[in-house]
Amino acid sequence: MTAPTQGPGRARIDARTLRTDRWWLPPLLTFLGLTTFVIYGVIRAFMNKWYWVGEYQYLAPFYSPCLSEVCVPGSAHWGRWFPDLGFLVTPPLFVLPFVLGFRLTCYYYRKAYYRSFWLSPPACAVAEPHRRYTGERRFPLILQNAHRYFFYTAIPVAAVLTYDVVIAFHGADGGFGVGLGTLVLLANVILIWAYTLSCHSCRHIVGGRLAHFSRHPVRYWMWTRISWLNARHMPLAWLSLFSVGFADLYVTLVASGALADPRLFN
Amino acid sequence: MGYEAHFRVWRGDAGAGELRDFRVEVNEGEVVLDVIHRLQATQCPDLAVRWNCKAGKCGSCSAEINGRPRLLCMTRMSVFAEDETVTVTPMRSFPVVRDLVTDVSFNYEKAREIPSFHPPTGTAPGEYRMRQVDVERSQEFRKCIECFLCQNTCHVIRDHDDNKRAFSGPRYLMRVAELEMHPLDSHGETGGDRRELAQAEHGLGFCNITKCCTEVCPEHIRITDNALIPLKERVVDRHYDPLFGLFRRRKD
Ligand code: SF4
Ligand code: SF4
Ligand code: FES
Ligand code: FES
Repeated sequence: MTAPTQGPGRARIDARTLRTDRWWLPPLLTFLGLTTFVIYGVIRAFMNKWYWVGEYQYLAPFYSPCLSEVCVPGSAHWGRWFPDLGFLVTPPLFVLPFVLGFRLTCYYYRKAYYRSFWLSPPACAVAEPHRRYTGERRFPLILQNAHRYFFYTAIPVAAVLTYDVVIAFHGADGGFGVGLGTLVLLANVILIWAYTLSCHSCRHIVGGRLAHFSRHPVRYWMWTRISWLNARHMPLAWLSLFSVGFADLYVTLVASGALADPRLFN
Repeated sequence: MGYEAHFRVWRGDAGAGELRDFRVEVNEGEVVLDVIHRLQATQCPDLAVRWNCKAGKCGSCSAEINGRPRLLCMTRMSVFAEDETVTVTPMRSFPVVRDLVTDVSFNYEKAREIPSFHPPTGTAPGEYRMRQVDVERSQEFRKCIECFLCQNTCHVIRDHDDNKRAFSGPRYLMRVAELEMHPLDSHGETGGDRRELAQAEHGLGFCNITKCCTEVCPEHIRITDNALIPLKERVVDRHYDPLFGLFRRRKD
């Protein structure tokens, strides 16, 4: 490790940081949280089963929308666009690039993984271990500028998850019904929408780019609402990450028969 | 109510320096600057420290306390345990003049590189008319007291002195954002483009939005969320979004 925080004429202090608090704790927790999610995601993406509960019409979020020939009967609500490409190409792989791209280029997640994985910087006023630094000016990081396009694709994805919740109000006898699973999916979709709409690119597109709010009262009003959400973007990023994992796990457990879905109504 | 605290204060100049240990009296209600002044009055009359208002408004007394960039006059002694060692150093990103005083001229140089406000042609001073909602957003940035704690903490220059040439730092990117959002700024009329400058001249692309500037700002300006990210989005409009250019040109 080099000894940064040095330069011509600066006070000669060798310590990488003089911070005495537990500055390493937040990046460590972030690292563990994101790693856990990635491991779960990989296992789940290649599992290729237990994602559809026909009886209550629960579709696991990781497999939604299910667009492949190999989707189990009843789970492909939007058509089967892709042929069977072998056991390595599971249905989530067609949607994951967009969902993952949205999170990976998100301004909050960027901060989170730059700090916790790349240690650039690990915490404020703690020297980073890299000799050179070019930021987001070059390939590949310059691609972060495509975030707004991922935001555009995130909207249909959230709409599809909303559809999944609507059909999950389904009882065992075919009529209306509510189970714990319905509520789990509902909570998840609310958090996903809140996270998606609190996006910095959304805030910019909706009104942030204007120089004259006074000439666009409706967009200004929307901008104030989105700004309110945007101030909570970090907790929403974590809550929606947790909820999507949890909802997925819940449907997996019900679909595999390991858990019986407690029914509140029908 | 007073107690004797253990202080470690960096003393030296550009040539050499070290942390020196002191035992010094602390009384209830005091801030770190009071204790530094007591050291000056009782033990080391030549200790250099810059300060003016002692009210967190002049931005002179920036330093690092237990490794955290802060204002000496706004850091209460009550946040430390009585047996805790309090380490005070100058800001570590700027050349040191002596002891706790640094040479912050880097910041003034960066300030001068930003083209100033440009009124619309034909509008004389005194004729500027703006709606409150249109200027409100950038008024947050005007709370800045120019303490340069954000500049000092930003890892882009703190850990890489060679980036100082190409990167203006959060405080001045925020200034660019302020002018870019200004309802009357007509820098564009002269053929200029502040988004272009932000990217090419002020080094916005160096910022990786890790928010340390926001974390240390004593005025609690949300620099990253409200200035840097919106500025990045405007640069995307200009540079990286092929569709956007098809829709709009004029400043609306
Ligand atoms: S958010 Fe950007 S400008 Fe602010 S400290 Fe981090 S890298 Fe520097
Ligand atoms: S933005 Fe905040 S931290 Fe930076 S110079 Fe201004 S007051 Fe200080
Ligand atoms: S900034 Fe986080 S989703 Fe866009
Ligand atoms: S002395 Fe003025 S801000 Fe501390």
